[in-house]
Amino acid sequence: MLLFVEQTLNGLQFGLLLFLLAAGLTLVFGIMDLVNLAHGSFYMLGAYFAATFTALTGHFIGGVVLALIATLMVGMAVEVIAIRRLYGRDHLDHVLGTFGLLLFFNELVRLIWGPAGMNLTLPSWLNTSIELMPGVYYSMYRLSIIVVALVVALVLYLVVMRTRIGMLIRAGASNREMIGALGINIKLLFTFVFGAGAALAGLAGLMQAAILTAQIGMGENILILAFVVIIIGGIGSIRGAFIASILVGLIDTVGRAFLSDVLKLFLSNAAASTAGPALSSMLIYLVMAVILVMRPEGLFPAASK
Amino acid sequence: MKKTLLTAGAILALAMSPAAAQNKTVKIGFVSTFSGPTAVIGNDMRNSFELALDHLGRKMGGLPVEVIYEDDGQKPDVGKQKTEKLIESDKVDFIVGYIWSNVLLASLKPVIDSKTMMVIANAGPHQVAGELCSPYVFSTSWQNDQTPQAVGEYMNQKGVKTVYLIGPNYAAGKDMLQGVASTFKGKVVGQDLTRWPDQLDFSTELSKARAAKPDAIFVFYPGAAGVQFLNQYVQAGLKGQIPLYTAFTIDELSLPRQKDLALGVPGAQEWVNDLPNDANKKFVADYITKYKTRPSFYGAQSYDAANLINSAVMAVKGDLSKKDAMRDEMRKANYKSVRGPYKYGNNHVPIQNFYLQEAVKNDKGELVLKTVATIVKDSQDRFHSKCPMKW
Repeated sequence: MLLFVEQTLNGLQFGLLLFLLAAGLTLVFGIMDLVNLAHGSFYMLGAYFAATFTALTGHFIGGVVLALIATLMVGMAVEVIAIRRLYGRDHLDHVLGTFGLLLFFNELVRLIWGPAGMNLTLPSWLNTSIELMPGVYYSMYRLSIIVVALVVALVLYLVVMRTRIGMLIRAGASNREMIGALGINIKLLFTFVFGAGAALAGLAGLMQAAILTAQIGMGENILILAFVVIIIGGIGSIRGAFIASILVGLIDTVGRAFLSDVLKLFLSNAAASTAGPALSSMLIYLVMAVILVMRPEGLFPAASK
Repeated sequence: MKKTLLTAGAILALAMSPAAAQNKTVKIGFVSTFSGPTAVIGNDMRNSFELALDHLGRKMGGLPVEVIYEDDGQKPDVGKQKTEKLIESDKVDFIVGYIWSNVLLASLKPVIDSKTMMVIANAGPHQVAGELCSPYVFSTSWQNDQTPQAVGEYMNQKGVKTVYLIGPNYAAGKDMLQGVASTFKGKVVGQDLTRWPDQLDFSTELSKARAAKPDAIFVFYPGAAGVQFLNQYVQAGLKGQIPLYTAFTIDELSLPRQKDLALGVPGAQEWVNDLPNDANKKFVADYITKYKTRPSFYGAQSYDAANLINSAVMAVKGDLSKKDAMRDEMRKANYKSVRGPYKYGNNHVPIQNFYLQEAVKNDKGELVLKTVATIVKDSQDRFHSKCPMKW
């Protein structure tokens, strides 16, 4: 039972982290109709920036804020310099162009920071565990990831649903010519949305950096999962991304935690402990396949499509 | 008289020429990981190999040495492809390296089929020590199980009664966990094999380990994953609760990033920086002078590999076609190993000591690994009886 509580928290933490990544991805895809394979690069940059700035300033929160600003700036710069040229083209060109960016950023990070990777050192008040209820200890840092991601999700929801900018974003997602014709500076709006998406990815990356260390190519593995999330959730839908992220996070964790034990009921111990991890990594894709068969548009398709 | 001399000269020239023509250089193919997060390991292996060549005057048995380095990218299929290329188009005389057991297993067939002389400088899957052993394949490292077996012995000495095992789901991970279990006298209360190499978040496994309430956790995560595991173990608050025992998780390459978290976490190794023999002192001192950092056990094994090959080339005076004579020489381990003298078992895996190592602060305040005790003397791997080779 205690284990179950802890594993649920683990799943929630991983799911919320995925949400930060998926939210940016789905915003950019839904509004600009752009397939962005370089999204994972912002995740990586966020991690490296945070590790560098906290080391330079010697202050954790300050370093994190600087890293977020830096990722936002890089995101907007990339939009102006490279992404802007891709809007009129088809999806295959998007894939090729952004894949090139991904390779470019990996090499750039290798040049600047070297191949070994970097650690983000946590302050001592985050680097401990707390007793949530009798017998249930949980990492303070992972708990703070859950809180931060929930707050960001709420703010994002309010911005998109309750503000003028959010209204424009939603309108842009449904019909971008019309919103341009209404006299809105669509170019600026797109630059802003792209930068915000990059900053969200950067936030996910910098929070993960303290757990996994910043590494070249760290965005690629998790980007695949983020794509799975937006496909399950429905492309362009923030609400869909939120629910699908938590679903994927929980399935992944529960699979890793309990699948081997379940398999041991009808397989030998050795076979179960080998097959368990292999099967649990496939579990998410199986769930995706089932959902797509039943709802080809995803769980919460955006109204515009 | 003149005619006889001429004939003799011609015969002599004929007899000499094939050897002279074949062996202008000793060509060595070196397969390791030079890209991605584990490239630091490959670089350390390359640096140590180059240092060994410097010490040998970049010659073996009078022949200049040419080394071709190939990057396996930590992927079995790439490793196999690079190995085939080295054998078929570069026609190397020796093939060396291999960090990862799964990469080695994938690359083994072309090596054995072509009877290329091979020196494995790290990976030690049980298959190569057992049924897949070959007259031309040698190791300067160990069989995977040996190091964790030593850790298992050490846990017995410390009175550990129950243990939880965590490692990656690939050839070496499975060997390691079985290795501990084979010598540990208490009970294994649970084990986890994680997706390798892309799963780096161990929250699920750490939670399961905590819930199982063992006396100790044993973990095997080489390279960057070891840094991440140790970080998360501390963040989960397990550091004061359940002691950690490791194999290959804390080494000279990961230590600068694990920092104080590594203090007091025991591990086992066949080589440590401070082993008190002359060959090792020279290796460590010159490595630090040349590369401004300390070598790791990966490097020590590569350094030994170069010297083992040199002993074979010297024994045949540069005639690399005499493979059987080279093999017979290598079986004697007739060179100054940086781990001290060792013997070869019938399967060409070293019979050697394993030491308890711990991270400590030296007088300059730097973190270094220190030999604390000898856990096992003359350890032989438990798969040698499955190898049909006898000599």
